[in-house]
Amino acid sequence: MTGNRLPERPGEVIDRGTSLAFTWNGQGYTGYQGDTIASALAASGVEVFARSMKYKRRRGIMTADHWDPNLFVQVGDEPNVRAGSRCLVAGMEVSAQNVWPSLKFDVGAVNQMVGRFLTSGFYYKTFMRPKWFWHNVYQKVLRKFAPGGRIFWESSTHGAYDKRYAHPDVLVAGGGPAGMGAAIAAAEAGASVMLVEHEPELGGHLRWGDAADLAALAELTSAVEAHPGIEVVIDSTVTGRYDHNWMAVVQRSHEIAPERLIKARAASLVVAPGLIERPYVFAGNDTPGVMLSGAVRRLINLWAVKPGTRAVVLSANPEGDAAIADLEAAGVEIVAALDARAGEDIVEVEGRGRVDKVVLGDGRTVSADLVVIGIGWTAPTSLLNMAGDRPVYDPSAARYFPNQLPDGVLATGGITGNGTTDELVAHGRATGSLAASRALRSRHDRRVLAARARNPEGPKPEFLQDTRTPLARVPHPECYRSSTHGMVDLSEDVSSKDLVQASKEGFDSIELMKRYTTVTMGPSQGKLETVNASAVLAEARNMDMVDIGTTVWRPPYAPISLGALAGRIFEPIRRSALQDWHEAHGASPLLAGQWVRPDHYGDPVGEARNVRQNVGIIDVTPLGKLDLRGPDVTKLLELVYVNKWQKLDIGRVRYGTMVAEDGVVSDDGVTGRLGENHYLMTTTSSGAGAVWEMLEDYLQTYRPEWDVHVTAVTGGLTSINVAGPKCRELLLRLVEGVDLSPEAFPYFHVRRGSVAGVADCIIWRIGFTGELSYELHVPSGHALHVWESLLANGEDLGVRPFGVESQRILRLEKGHYIVGQDTDGLTKAPSAGLGGLVKLDKPDTLGLPELKAAYARTDLPMLVAIQPDDPQVVPMEAAQIVDGDSNRILGRITSSRMSPTLGRSVCLGQVDPSLAAAGTKVTILLIDGRRVTGTVQEHHAHVDPEGVRQNA
Amino acid sequence: MIVVNCPNCGPRNSSDLRPCGELTPRPDPSTASLSEWRTYLYLRENPAGWVTETWYCRNGCRRYFTIQRNTATNEIRDSEAP
Ligand SMILES: [Zn+2]
Repeated sequence: MTGNRLPERPGEVIDRGTSLAFTWNGQGYTGYQGDTIASALAASGVEVFARSMKYKRRRGIMTADHWDPNLFVQVGDEPNVRAGSRCLVAGMEVSAQNVWPSLKFDVGAVNQMVGRFLTSGFYYKTFMRPKWFWHNVYQKVLRKFAPGGRIFWESSTHGAYDKRYAHPDVLVAGGGPAGMGAAIAAAEAGASVMLVEHEPELGGHLRWGDAADLAALAELTSAVEAHPGIEVVIDSTVTGRYDHNWMAVVQRSHEIAPERLIKARAASLVVAPGLIERPYVFAGNDTPGVMLSGAVRRLINLWAVKPGTRAVVLSANPEGDAAIADLEAAGVEIVAALDARAGEDIVEVEGRGRVDKVVLGDGRTVSADLVVIGIGWTAPTSLLNMAGDRPVYDPSAARYFPNQLPDGVLATGGITGNGTTDELVAHGRATGSLAASRALRSRHDRRVLAARARNPEGPKPEFLQDTRTPLARVPHPECYRSSTHGMVDLSEDVSSKDLVQASKEGFDSIELMKRYTTVTMGPSQGKLETVNASAVLAEARNMDMVDIGTTVWRPPYAPISLGALAGRIFEPIRRSALQDWHEAHGASPLLAGQWVRPDHYGDPVGEARNVRQNVGIIDVTPLGKLDLRGPDVTKLLELVYVNKWQKLDIGRVRYGTMVAEDGVVSDDGVTGRLGENHYLMTTTSSGAGAVWEMLEDYLQTYRPEWDVHVTAVTGGLTSINVAGPKCRELLLRLVEGVDLSPEAFPYFHVRRGSVAGVADCIIWRIGFTGELSYELHVPSGHALHVWESLLANGEDLGVRPFGVESQRILRLEKGHYIVGQDTDGLTKAPSAGLGGLVKLDKPDTLGLPELKAAYARTDLPMLVAIQPDDPQVVPMEAAQIVDGDSNRILGRITSSRMSPTLGRSVCLGQVDPSLAAAGTKVTILLIDGRRVTGTVQEHHAHVDPEGVRQNA
Repeated sequence: MIVVNCPNCGPRNSSDLRPCGELTPRPDPSTASLSEWRTYLYLRENPAGWVTETWYCRNGCRRYFTIQRNTATNEIRDSEAP
């Protein structure tokens, strides 16, 4: 099936030696290497590609490029593929998407049935009432109408996506003659250049031009390729421009990812997107066989596809005239060549599924199967708007032009005016030189700022004024709508009639009209239809186009897949020096913040029991550790902790809680004094970074006169907690230089000594589990040796590693709360049950006024220990505590576990102060709707509230 | 994403830094009324125009510094360490 393929064309991009087999709706087809899906199907005689969104009208090729409003197809498991630009690949399974009821079936009847629902504002008018109708009827009907393809989220074969960061001096958006000229000149001036081209090859409109165009293209391409300072990125679009020239470039084909996001910071942005051809509004303008002049020229000259046999051409410009020549060369009979500049016009196209008859402005009706429209251009000013420009409409040239741009953004090419190829290249070159000089000045500034020591490479380049000769604005007639009504937005099925109606209903500003009718809100995002919509509104309101304006262009200019936005995650994963050992010994991984940790080694309950009975060891390296030195450390501790720190002797450890300036509990941990001016602070694992930054903040901005030096040593020291009644016996075998006897080394003290031959370990007697326990901080390079020595020397004592889950069980038995789990963003110090720990008589501590206010209140929730009365019931964490009669929420369970030590469930929870007294019965609402009762306990600790075990 | 000049590290993507908001002096907590304290905690001028902001060079030198930023245009002037 090569019925429409022409003999070889001079600029064709297909390789006739490489046939590619593919399927379309299950039937076999072939195309050539270099074809797009659309060109291959058109070459095989396919005319209808899709059904339109609302009215389910047949749709074919309109622009034959990325912006073709209806060429969305399913390719394998990938939905919404743009057939106008996606290159054909052998074996592709292509199908039309959601063509309910079918691509061929005539849906005239359906249309009449639903058509009355689908006028302007139908979303707002039809689906409002009655409410139950939404779920039961509207949603189901709308789903049938939705034009998207199918997703296969469970079996996607798309692989990994990726992203990249780039820092070119100059980024050129658009690789036509002006953009290529700009890239060459900028590179010659010494700038590094990224040249981004939307199509799979450089050249812009030269690619489908005449022999002179092709010769100019060859020359420009070789100049670009020859310059090492230019990186060419094809099949890619600059889809967003943000502050300080931060650009998002979507790269659609890349060897390692189906789509890649390039985040580029450029000193200068050159905007050279060319022009987008605009459709014409008339009755039947969406019938397959109605194409823009660019579409037929691309089909004929790039892919050697004959777009029809008998054509009516409406032209208002030289490009439209050139289409006539191309059609003739392709053997298409020109039934009528209408000159819009002389007032000739098309009134209506008739035909179902393909153009059949055309009613001309002079009243004649001719038969034809192709209508070619070349009536004008839209300036895609999107990137300029994103840079703050408000382009201005020029009626004499019938399009918008750039107005005022910041120094770092320059426009060139068709978007700024008209010219011959030479004139476009010259303007591009002048723009490139200007862009480079501004970029090199900025590079100089950057180097001066980056480091005083670095060489800024000579004097600062001079600021060049913009002395470019502007391109001419060639007069062009304003052709927007014929005497009939037709489609304005072919993606959203919005007609000019709909717009006129909306204007009459009062939605007569372009932005209101957009929301009301959804015009410009489809996949085309205004590129084809926004100016026609303004023109229809101007006509309806009898106003000038200049006063109507357009809808705002916002990023993304070209669509981007969610996969590319997610890209590769650059967040590093932190592993302790022991994580390899944990994984080799069956640890189940737990992701906690940036860290991967051993959750358990297969038996969390058994591991917990072993700590209570024998001895266990756990890797607690993620615990934040800050080494504090200097004569003013005590002042810092007094400031950031709620308790007092003046009388901490060397060798002592103290527990402290931190609150933020709003009085909310923010972190907790212990700090020990290792020397006269030397302390080690520990923080929660999740708060390690934030506490460090907070200390630096107060030291740098609030008390810069204090002499304190903070060093984060979280990863440098591997932390091992050795816990259980036999832990002292185990450590006696390995520790040298420290008297471990309870009298010499009591609870909440710190010593330094060697462990398993590793000198200078910090050993402190504290613990989260409620058992006798020691925490070892070992230089990480020796951590594995210490860990393995503990296991090897304690076999007879029953030593076993335990994971985070066991630790959570043990700490809950002991009633220790976790900041962020048992407290939340509203938990003020009194709620956490800190009681006497908080000292309000200090002159300065974080959140002091809030603390004072909080302690004056009696209505704050309280953290209490709760035991369900049925010992086998473990309420889910976050289960609500409610008033048994009114169901008013009075609190929630914050932590819950089955306690292996007690053989019953244990909880911590936040409750209304009226329920906080020991012995109070509370009603807990389970997730399955059952209500159970629980009893508030006297102490937070369920096990050993007197602390006999830890003080042993 | 804007570019912020750290006085030590030079121009950086703002994602390398942490914005700490308008420079707001901390009242003396031993004498401040609750209302003055909450003004410090929560109330900002938030002008559409020039504002003095604190930034933290989180992925670089870890210094806090201030800049002048125009919130309407994102133009940035002289940065300095506090
Ligand atoms: Zn820095």
